[in-house]
Amino acid sequence: MVIASDAAAQAQRLYPGMAATQARALVPDLVVHDHDPIGDEAGLAELALWALRRYAPVVAADPPDGLVLDATGATHRHGGDEAFLADMVARASAVGLTARAAMADTWGSAHALARHVARPTLVADRGAPLMALLPTGALRIAPPMVAALSRMGIDTVAEVEAKPRAPLALRFGPELTRRLDQAYGRTAEPIDPVEAEDLVQVRQVFAEPIGAPETLARYTHKLVEVLCAALETRGLGALKLDLRFHRVDNRIEAIRVGTAKPVRNVRRMNRLLCDKLETVDPGLGVEIMVLTAPVAEPLDWRPVATDLTIAPVPDVADLVDVLANRFGARRLYRLAPAQSDVPERSFRKLAPTEDTRSEAWPRRWPRPSRLLSHPEPIETVALLPDQPPVSFSWRGVRRRVRRADGPERIFGEWWRRDGELDAVRDYFQLEDEAGERFWVFRRGDGERAVTGDLSWYLHGLFG
Amino acid sequence: MAFQALRTEIARIEASGRAPGGVLPFGVARLDDHLPAGGLQLGALHEVAGGGNGALHGAASALFVAGIAARTQGPILWCMTRPDLFAPALEQAGLAADRVIYVEAGDETAVLAAFEEGLRHGSLGAVVGEVARLSMTASRRLQLAAEESGTIGLAIRRWRRQAEAADFGQPTAATTRWRVTALPSTALPVAGVGRARWFVELIRCRAGDCADFELEACDETGRLALPADLADRSSQTPAWGRRAVA
Repeated sequence: MVIASDAAAQAQRLYPGMAATQARALVPDLVVHDHDPIGDEAGLAELALWALRRYAPVVAADPPDGLVLDATGATHRHGGDEAFLADMVARASAVGLTARAAMADTWGSAHALARHVARPTLVADRGAPLMALLPTGALRIAPPMVAALSRMGIDTVAEVEAKPRAPLALRFGPELTRRLDQAYGRTAEPIDPVEAEDLVQVRQVFAEPIGAPETLARYTHKLVEVLCAALETRGLGALKLDLRFHRVDNRIEAIRVGTAKPVRNVRRMNRLLCDKLETVDPGLGVEIMVLTAPVAEPLDWRPVATDLTIAPVPDVADLVDVLANRFGARRLYRLAPAQSDVPERSFRKLAPTEDTRSEAWPRRWPRPSRLLSHPEPIETVALLPDQPPVSFSWRGVRRRVRRADGPERIFGEWWRRDGELDAVRDYFQLEDEAGERFWVFRRGDGERAVTGDLSWYLHGLFG
Repeated sequence: MAFQALRTEIARIEASGRAPGGVLPFGVARLDDHLPAGGLQLGALHEVAGGGNGALHGAASALFVAGIAARTQGPILWCMTRPDLFAPALEQAGLAADRVIYVEAGDETAVLAAFEEGLRHGSLGAVVGEVARLSMTASRRLQLAAEESGTIGLAIRRWRRQAEAADFGQPTAATTRWRVTALPSTALPVAGVGRARWFVELIRCRAGDCADFELEACDETGRLALPADLADRSSQTPAWGRRAVA
């Protein structure tokens, strides 16, 4: 029997559930592998560990073919919800997996949307309205039940939802209504997170549930101390820290912080975690606190430089960590020269702790201190081919040009896009009567029409 | 003499609980003479805004600040909401790209939080924040954080609409307040644009007077300069930089 089929297989009209002999008849040179459910499960567990290390503190495998992540508070480090899902799908496809990802308010609706709606990603604040038109199979119920519902004329989730509960429960047992409630968020569905065996992990179980913020902070500090000791015996430093709070109502609240370099400093780790404690809702109380370091790297003591002539380079890694955990790692960067003459491509973002310096920007040519993200079209009066404008109007204000400099000709980068093969920009520095200085460019060199349409744009403002 | 003794006494009282901050001179005698400490105080908050359209785009004020930051030691933290700075220009003002760490905060509150966090850290050379609104409370927090660590805080005031720029009249706890307006550049004997010139107003200065100056913009080491035609002109012409502004 055919167990699974991807897009290429479906193009050959192979579908799951088809008999293997029939598939062989359709595609004579088909290579058949035996179904290996145990191997699949192991692979899925491995994927779950990968997602735990990379994405979120609470991850579980959702057999047979999915992962479930509690993304609360985990997406900002990846640049938002959409970017989070897109990154996940892109990384999965890089290793040859076709993945679809959806984010919704409940496990049930995210499960359904990922399999039926996401192309390949989808973020829904509320999953319920999108669920309504999906087939009943999306509710994670067994195929016989789907068939039975279909015989009763019930094909979509909305139709199940509209039926009276009691007859449904009588006919199908508690399973159907439980799945329905889980999808609509009426019943809690805790995620049982995966844990790797080799993780450095410390836990604290409380006889009485705790909930006061200062108590949480105190026990966080204690856990950090124990974790640091555990890391030290192994010679490791943490790159990511997860603190999970198992609540009495079986929900798990989690916070995750990341660091730029391996850290084993109690004060710094405590600071990073306590910064995030306010995002934790202890509910009726917390029973268990678990602190793990899902990503750790070797960290050894290093001798301090004793050269008296060299001033110590100030270490700002702790500040970088604090800010990166608050605003997201992508919002914190350094800019370095990139190999391009086109202004908007002439820099690239680096992580604050990265240090490479190979290229340099031109020092002699005028560069504006503010660069508009999109060049704005301006109306000009200018002589061709290479005279600067005599006057121009920008944002409704007409300015007479008193002094000007240029052109600085920048050619298109044909190796990036075919359309730039002939493209030319001529940059001018203009100064108006009040002394304001502008960076404008004309598309085209003024002689050959193929280089540009001679329209003018304002691209930057000089100080 | 009595005044001098009193001043020393007040300075001693004010300095309690403050990191020993130094002074960062501009290197332009006329400018430094106007500042009570002989330059910009390091453990303090300074505000800079652009004049005219500069209040919106903040091009000149960013360069003015970059020039100051370039002359400090250590990394720079630059907090902003609108990422439109062009790093090559900062490098031309002496601020090497590998010294600056940018924080793109979502809103003004986040900028202020990052600003304060940077000031409290202590091993940065300077912290720059681009904000529109700066309340008395917020500026007081920043000023205290700067005093504690000895790091210079530079707030670039930048608004979205010209009408909002009137906010610059509101008092804050900053030690000095500057306004930088672009002037026509230095004339060249040939066609072209010469070195940029600024009209730099010292609008507020704790324990000092207001003043305004016409200066040449930052060179590649971040230093301002007196324009040659003004510095060397004959003494008959009326002194140009002595008007106080309200």
